[in-house]
This record gives sequence, C-alpha cells and structure tokens, in this order.
Amino acid sequence: MNRLLFLFCFLAFQAVSFANAQEKTDSEFSPAIEAEARTVGKSLRCVVCQNQSIEDSGAPLAADMRQLVRERLVAGDTPDEVRAFMTDRYGNFVLMKPPFQPDTFLLWSAPFAFVLIAGLCWLVYLRPAARAMETPAPLSDEEIARLNAHLQERGEA
Amino acid sequence: MTAPNTEKRATGFPRWSALIPVGVLAIIMGFFAVGLTKDPHALPTMMIDRPMPEFQLDPLSKDIPLLTNEDVRGGVTLVNVFGSWCVACAAEHPELMELGNSGAITIYGVDWRDTAFEGRQWLERYGNPYTKVGLDADSRLAINLGVTGAPESFLIDADGRIRYKHIGPITPEVWEDTLLPLIQDIEGGTP
Repeated sequence: MNRLLFLFCFLAFQAVSFANAQEKTDSEFSPAIEAEARTVGKSLRCVVCQNQSIEDSGAPLAADMRQLVRERLVAGDTPDEVRAFMTDRYGNFVLMKPPFQPDTFLLWSAPFAFVLIAGLCWLVYLRPAARAMETPAPLSDEEIARLNAHLQERGEA
Repeated sequence: MTAPNTEKRATGFPRWSALIPVGVLAIIMGFFAVGLTKDPHALPTMMIDRPMPEFQLDPLSKDIPLLTNEDVRGGVTLVNVFGSWCVACAAEHPELMELGNSGAITIYGVDWRDTAFEGRQWLERYGNPYTKVGLDADSRLAINLGVTGAPESFLIDADGRIRYKHIGPITPEVWEDTLLPLIQDIEGGTP
C-alpha cells in the first residue's frame, strides 16, 4: 500500500514537472530573444488592464503585443527601438516607467524637492530651536531676584 | 503680574507656518478633484494627422470584399474596428447600418481578434454595413493604429491620413455632434 502511494506521488510530481518544462520550451523563439523580450515586456504596460505589464497580463491584446515584441527583436530591433515603436503608437502611457522629459519634470523631481524643503526647514527652524532648548539662556537679574523672593517666602516665613 | 505674551514657542516655526498643511491639503485635493474625474481608460491618441499605417488583412469570405491599403484613399472614410466578441460593437451596429445604408459615408470594417467564421456569422446575423472588411486576427493593424479596445473608429481623409479617432460606440448623437461636422470640415478642404 505504501509503495502504491509512493508511486502515485512520484507520478503526480513527474506530471507537474513535465508541465513546467512544457511551459518553458513552448516558445518558438531562442532563449536569448525570449529573455530579452521578457525584459522589454516587463517595461511595457498592458493597455487593456492598465496596472499590469504585457508580460504579466492575460489579456489577448497583451499576448499579441508580446508576440510583436519578440518578432521585432528577431528582426534586429534593440529593446529601446521596440519601446519606441510602442510609444509611437500608444504614447508614453504604454511605458511602465514614465520617461524624464519637460512634462514629467515635476513628477520626477518632486520627491527630491520635498526632501530638500524638509532639510531646509530643519536647518532654519528646528535645529536652532533644539539648540536653544539644550542650553537654556541664563536667568536675568530680575528673574534671579524673583526666584530669591519666592524661596525666601517659602523657607524663612 | 503674569508674563506678557512674549513667551517663546516650542519650535522656531513662525506662526503663519501652521497654515502650510492646510495649503498642501488644498493643493492635493485640487489634484484629486481634477484627476479622479478623468476616465483612466481614455488614452491620448497618437495617430491624429498621421497616415493610415500599411496593412494586410485576411478576407472573411469570398462574398465580402477585402479591405486593402488602396481603399483608404480617395475620399473621406470611416474605418471601424469591431469584433464578434465585442458587446459594445453590437450596440453601435444599428447606427452603422443606418449610416452605411443611407450612403452618408463609406464604412470599412476591421474585424479584430476574431476568426473569419465568427466574423462572417456576426455580419450575417446583424447585417453588413461595411463596404469592405478585413480580418485582423493577431492585432497587427490594431497595434499599429494604437487600438486599446473595440469599438474604435477612425476618420480617414482623402489623402489617407487619420483625422479623428472615436473610442466607444457611435451613437446617433456622436454622429450628429462630432463625426458629421468633422467630415464636413475635412471635405470642405481644410488640410
């Protein structure tokens, strides 16, 4: 009985690994093209299901785009040329990472601007205030006189 | 004899700085007010004023004339991207039938991501408003046109340039208010 169970598990595992192997080799393209196409595909947005790349998406249009990416790579396009081909038709939207250009200047520089502003606030306002708290200003003559007065009231009444 | 109001504040920030968060919040809300009312599916169109890309489509059947490159030159035409799987296409179909039958404009069909059999069947069932049709089973033309969904319709001028792209079904209102004035404009000779 145990042996039968073992055999069953073994066969089941074989079937799974066979299925995996199938998935990896069913591409009609060479491994090099396939690897390059995956990198390019990861950087291209699926225009139907907008928060996925075409590599991750199950949409039919994404599948056709993946095919096109591979064919263009085979035809000798560089990854950048493939991306340019897509942005030429779909605009910057099709890129997962928006490029740095005049109309995205604010987008890319905002985080650095915020850090800079925070740093300036710290330098100008917070640090002097913290310094001032560490070493309190010495008491003025008037304050010493008031303090002594209070102490006398309490202690030697 | 309480101390007058010259007491030093805990931090060195000036008093007006309390308004900064309010201002920042107002700016963020402004962005949201504009951004959230936009339709994220309406992508900007890159193809306006560009020539219709070259294409080679497959026939749906022997009886349905095949759409070729030469067809989109010589007059203002409407290229309609549809598919038998597309629900909104069935919704706009009566309007296309009417436009096609009235001869208001020459309509060409691009049967996108479909099979010849299903496309043919669909046209038999709902009627064929298209002067010519081509099958784009693997999205070659669709990607070249920057199509993101069906139906999409392109107005092509006599020189074969794309002048307008309409995303979504063509309703009588879309035809009257948008497409017809544009066609008259294009035919009026404004380059």
